[in-house]
Amino acid sequence: MADEPLIYENQFNVQGGNFSDAGKVASHIKAILKGFGIPSEAVRKTALVAYESEINIVSYARKGVIHLRLAPDQIVIETIDEGSGIADIELAMQEGYSTATDKIREMGFGAGMGLANIRNFSDIFHISSEPGKGTSLKMIIKWRP
Amino acid sequence: MEVKTAFGADLMSDVLAFAQSGSLLLTGLTNPQVIRTADVLDISAIIIVRGKRPSPDTVQLAGDLGIPILVTRFILFETAGRLYQSGIRGCLVKVDGSVHSHG
Ligand SMILES: Nc1ncnc2c1ncn2[C@@H]1O[C@H](COP(=O)(O)OP(=O)(O)OP(=O)(O)O)[C@@H](O)[C@H]1O
Ligand SMILES: [Mg+2]
Repeated sequence: MADEPLIYENQFNVQGGNFSDAGKVASHIKAILKGFGIPSEAVRKTALVAYESEINIVSYARKGVIHLRLAPDQIVIETIDEGSGIADIELAMQEGYSTATDKIREMGFGAGMGLANIRNFSDIFHISSEPGKGTSLKMIIKWRP
Repeated sequence: MEVKTAFGADLMSDVLAFAQSGSLLLTGLTNPQVIRTADVLDISAIIIVRGKRPSPDTVQLAGDLGIPILVTRFILFETAGRLYQSGIRGCLVKVDGSVHSHG
């Protein structure tokens, strides 16, 4: 899988704390995948996991990068951020656990569902984090049945 | 535009988990994030309930992305009931128990 040929590859920067732009990258990724004629179910799953990750970077990290790789049978979204990291990943993954501030809650986020959504909508999901440094996610969505 | 289904929620992650493309979104949220969420999910239109008004940047973004916003003074329950009565159905009837097992 590592040396699978790529159809398309790109990366996008995300600025922590910039709530007015939060979601732009996910919209962009969605438009790119649609342009390649990827089936809508796979586009929707990818846009969703990219969006939840983007919101988390904006909400909880200083800055981050979202990588998009389109392969002949799957889409890979990888996010790497610099920030506080997550000390207890198992706890953070639990539905309903959230450290969201009032500002984040005002926007409708902070239900503690984002990481669970990401896991549920990905075919393969990896999370790793180093407290004090940052968090990385890898999501794979198969688009060829 | 023809719409057959709808979803209502004030939590963005619930909208993301359950709303289906082409549906209406009924919500009390008024900030630009609701437009981004609608865009990611291909929501056909947003109905803002309880007499709330979208902020100017929300209206601007909705215009840019071509997503209609409707506003109503009815509460969420009343709005949903009236739409149901006129033939609109939930975008899903109930959730699969394994997805949201609280507790
Ligand atoms: N990139 C990140 N860096 C640091 N902490 C994070 C990061 N992503 C998530 N967390 C922590 O994990 C918690 C749970 O994240 P999750 O996305 O599941 O829920 P949420 O963001 O709180 O709410 P929701 O996503 O439902 O709007 C967050 O409240 C935060 O404490
Ligand atoms: Mg989140």
